[in-house]
Parts: sequence; structure tokens; C-alpha cells
Amino acid sequence: MEKFVVFKGLAAPMDRENVDTDAIIPKQFLKSIHKTGYGENLFDAWRYKDTGEPGKDNSKRPLNPDFILNQPRYQGASIMVAGKNFGCGSSREHAPWALQQYGFRAVIAPSFADIFFNNSYKNGFLPIVLTADQVRRLIDKINGFVGFQIEIDLPRQVVIADGEEMPFEISGHRKYCMVNGFDDISLTLLQAEKIRKFEEARKIRHPYYFSTNIANASL
Amino acid sequence: MPQTLYDKLWDSHVVHTEEDGTALLYIDRHLVHEVTSPQAYEGLREAGRKVWRPDSIVSTADHNTPTDGWERGLDGVVDPISLEQIVTLDKNIKATGALAYYPFLDKRQGIVHVIGPENGATLPGMTVVCGDSHTSTHGAFGCLAHGIGTSEVEHVMATQCLVQRKFKNMLVRVEGTLAPGITGKDVALAIIGKIGTAGGTGCAIEFGGSAIRSLSMEGRMTLCNMAIEAGARAGMVGVDETTLSYLKGRTFAPTGREWDVACQYWRTMKTDDGAVFDVVVEMRGEEIAPQVTWGTSPEMVTTVEGRVPDPEREKDASKRDAMERALVYMGLTPNVPITDIRLDKVFIGSCTNSRIEDMRQAAWVVKRLGKKVASNVKAALVVPGSGQVKLQAEAEGLDKIFKDAGFDWREPGCSMCLAMNADKLEPGERCASTSNRNFEGRQGAGGRTHLVSPAMAAAAAIEGRFADIRKLL
Ligand code: SF4
Repeated sequence: MEKFVVFKGLAAPMDRENVDTDAIIPKQFLKSIHKTGYGENLFDAWRYKDTGEPGKDNSKRPLNPDFILNQPRYQGASIMVAGKNFGCGSSREHAPWALQQYGFRAVIAPSFADIFFNNSYKNGFLPIVLTADQVRRLIDKINGFVGFQIEIDLPRQVVIADGEEMPFEISGHRKYCMVNGFDDISLTLLQAEKIRKFEEARKIRHPYYFSTNIANASL
Repeated sequence: MPQTLYDKLWDSHVVHTEEDGTALLYIDRHLVHEVTSPQAYEGLREAGRKVWRPDSIVSTADHNTPTDGWERGLDGVVDPISLEQIVTLDKNIKATGALAYYPFLDKRQGIVHVIGPENGATLPGMTVVCGDSHTSTHGAFGCLAHGIGTSEVEHVMATQCLVQRKFKNMLVRVEGTLAPGITGKDVALAIIGKIGTAGGTGCAIEFGGSAIRSLSMEGRMTLCNMAIEAGARAGMVGVDETTLSYLKGRTFAPTGREWDVACQYWRTMKTDDGAVFDVVVEMRGEEIAPQVTWGTSPEMVTTVEGRVPDPEREKDASKRDAMERALVYMGLTPNVPITDIRLDKVFIGSCTNSRIEDMRQAAWVVKRLGKKVASNVKAALVVPGSGQVKLQAEAEGLDKIFKDAGFDWREPGCSMCLAMNADKLEPGERCASTSNRNFEGRQGAGGRTHLVSPAMAAAAAIEGRFADIRKLL
């Protein structure tokens, strides 16, 4: 996992509420069995004028010039600032993957849907909660100044924009993982002995949760 | 100290807690399907890790399997990517094992959230996870069940644990009696209409009160299924005799003395008297009428007696905006009575409403109306939730009622709930659907979804427009 320490980049606004995961990455792109290749279809239905399908050559598709990320001034954007309840909808982890593979490293919003919020951390993609007022001001500034950049200092837990420092919350565990680029599995396996002990005790107390009649039906 | 059901489930699964409250939660049951598992298995292989407890896994292919053409076997899967996922799941399960695997074409294949409970693989007091947000369904059995992302699927496979922080306790209490014809679906939509799609964010919702206790297990599953649409990752109902009598005799449920011992424990899987919730919402059962959504979010809902709302009357600017956008997308005019809305398609199915009781309710309405599917309805699909539901429905002659009336009786799967297979809406088509999401494009790009109960969907198919099923009773 890529480390996230201090990062500064071009900001892009997504000035609407309840941006759902279907909008972020439409379901027809969930059919892949791999973890990459989703960036070109981020916001597919908003971004292109035709309907996207996996395997289609995206470079030949007509772009929707009105869609915010298609505007020349937001090319290369890496921080998104969005309305509340960002990432609502399904549990698809493809949503943070698509944002990340497009080039975003963080999204700032007044609130997030739980699963999206969790999934983001697991991939080194940083969701940041600021107040509705702070987000409003950021969006106004982004709209107002071409090339507006935002800095995120994760160790200090502040968003810095236009000289102003805005603190944000993050759990110690998540910060530790993000800053060091640790994935959760290796951390958890440090507790393997504890897990095994728990499991043994549970098996004795509640044997009915441990049916081991492994049956492999075949096609 | 008196505890909530969620507190008990949480406490009995914590393996380890970090200083900041992040816990390792032990997972008893892991449901695995073809869409969110390939990357997890790929990750395990790449890291040279093993599946910690294969016998915790119950697996099936459901999300993008076709619901017709089964006689052609794998050749019937026309989409090459769907085929690749189905075959990949098969390889992965065979390589690493599972407690139960119901592959594509198997007699017991079906939607994960239908087959878990019907085989007794979901039991009270368990933690249940699956890479699908509607895993909340299983909470109907007094267990802690929620959807996880693909990285978490890999994490559970590798460690049998989930890194988790405790949610807040929320109680939605519905007291009183539900009117005849009112189902778990109507209760769920009415709750979401009241608290909104973010109303349960950060919470585990327990559904309680006499109206909830009066629901069958099917009704409770429908309700918990939609907890996620209210923003809560987990929904649950305490264990009572309804729970236990549903489970008795199911494949993976304990038997004999073990059953009695288990029941003794399971009866404690409910909130203690005097336990405190962080949030409490109260509703009256009598006040719930058949629900119909009109917009592009489950909270955009009204009753069958209602009208399409008028954005002009909404004072909150951002809500007005969202309403206007939804009405344009849905092709609806403000103030039109819901019963004037004409449908192009009808879908009865999905993990929300594809169980035997749903099939029975829909068939009952079809039989009662005694007519064929209306001429303006181009397709009316009935997709049972599993092979076992299908067999049972056929044994009761329900398939015949549907087919005689002009419905299409299909093989089990998710089907038009998320339109990953061939079952989908064309742009602009309007559908009465028993599924759980009416987001833009959910049932096909440009498709317009109205969420309703199975009985309401059946009536809409026959009448060609929404109709108040209470008038049939
Ligand atoms: S029926 Fe729909 S909501 Fe349920 S598991 Fe399948 S796709 Fe998900």
C-alpha cells in the first residue's frame, strides 16, 4: 500500500450530495476479476455521452463537456471536495479503486457512507470529514481560482488551503496504517495466537457454530 | 448492566481491542459469491496466505448468473466476463474448500442472503459477513451481520477476523398491529421514509416492538435487508420462538441435545429490559400503508394513496434540487396520483423479496385479480431467490398461477435487482420492483425503478399501474 504522509495537489469540486457508488463506478464494470483498470470508467455515466461497457475503447468515446472532471482546468486533479453522504450505496470497493486509479488520493466531504469510508482506508485512499461550512468555502475557492491546490498533512491531521489550517479526525489505528503503508492483514496476523485461543474457547462453548462437514459440490 | 442485543453480539466476538477502540472481531460465517471474491482470492495467493477456516465459508454464484437458458449449462452464460467470474469462483472454492458450495446450476443455488438462512448456515448469536451490502438481512436471526468490501473479504479469509469499530445502538420500535396486506417491505420503506437514507449511519439498528415481532422470518429478513438503505450497516431482530421454529431441522442447524443447548443460549440473544440505546425512533404499525417510491433514493417514498410530491413545496434548497433532479430522471410530474403511474415492466425477486412467502403473496394477488398481465406491461419477471424456493413454489402450484397470467417464471439469482445479467430495463422504462435500490441506472442505464412489496408489484403487473392491494382483501 502506498504511504500517505504529506500530500499537496490540484483540487476538483463535486458539488452535489449523496454521490452514490453506482455513479462513481457503474455496475457493468464490476465484472472484472482483477483489482485494477477502473480509473477510465470513474463516473462513467456522467463523464461520457454514450453508455460504457467493459472492454470498450474509452479513448474513442464522446466526452460530456459539461462534466466537471472533463474541464481542462481540472485535468490532473488529485483531491476531490464533495457534498455530504459521499459514497452511499453498495459495498463495492471498486469505488475507491476507481477514484484512486483515476488519480485521486483523497476526498473531502461533510460526511461519508460507512462502507465507502472503511473501504477507502483499506486502500490507502484518504476520506476526510470537514464541516459543511469548511467544505462550502473550499468549493467556492476551487470554483474561484483556476489551479487551486489543497495540502493534506496526515501526521498533523490538518487540511491546508489558502493559508488556512483545518484539523480533521482520524483513528490512531488508521493513521498508523496509512502513514506507514501497512495493510490490515499483516497487522492482524500479529495477533494470530490470540485469534487461535479465542477460536478454541468458542468451539468448546458453542460447538454448533463449527460444523465441519465440508462438502464440495461440483459443476 | 442491561445490554442491547448488539452489545451482546459485539462482546461475544471481540478477540482483541486497540487503545483507540478498534477491535478484532471474530467471524463465524463468511458468505462468498462470484463478484466480490476473485480479487480477495487473488490477493491471498499473491501474498502466499491460506484461508484460515474454510468451513466458515458458504458460497454460491448468484450476482450475474443468467436466469434462463440453464439447459445450455455454462454455454448459456453469454457474457464472457460473467462466465469468467463463475468459473473463477469454482476454481477458488475447489482449491481452498468451503462448508457448502452451491454453484451455478446446482439445485440449491440461489441468492447468498436467501440460501444462508434457508440452509441454517445463519444462526443466532453468530457474526455473518459477505462482500455484499445486503448482508444485513441475516440480522433477522439475532446475529450480527453486515456487508464488507473486497479487502475485508480477503482479511476475513486470511485471519477469520474483521477490524471493526463499534457502532452506536439504535432502536426502531414499531408498536401496534400492521393492517392486513402490509408487509415487511412496507415497514422498511416507511422507516426509511421517516429517518432518511442516512438516518442509521454509524449505527446498528435493532428493530423491535409488537409489530416487528408479529412478522414472519421472511418479513424480518426483508426489513433487516433494507437496514443498509437507512444507512446502517447492520439491522437485527431479537430471537424469539418464531426464529427458533424457522431454524429447526435446517441443514446446518444443530440437532438433538445440541439443539436444546443452542436454543438455551439463543433465547438470550435479545435486548435486556432497561438497556439503553443511543437513538430511539418510534412508529405505529397501524399508520403504515402500502409504500411506493417515486424517486431515485429509497427515502423518496410515499403511500399508494399519495401523489408525486411537488418540489415547489420543499423549503430546503438542496432537497428541492434533489427532488427536481429525481423527478426529471423518473419522468414524473408533480401532484400526479401514484395510482396513475403506468408501468412497462415488473420485477418480483431479489434478496429483499424472493422467498417463499413473497412468492405466495404475489401469487395470491394474481389469483385474486384473476386476469392477465396488462398489455402495457412488456415483461413481468418472477425470479425465486433460490432453487429450494423455486421447488417449493412449484410444489404449491405458484409457478402455474404466474405463468397462466403471463408472468415469466425464471431460475434463481439476483437478476434485475442489479441488472448484471441479461435481465435489465431499457432507457426510460418504468418498473415496479420488489428489490431494494432505486438509484439511477440500478436496473439498467436510464431505467426507472419504483420499489414496492411483492403483493403491490403483482397488482401493478395485472393492472398496468399501481393499485392499492388493500382493496382486494
Ligand atoms: S439481490 Fe440485489 S441486493 Fe441482493 S445480493 Fe443480489 S444484487 Fe445484492
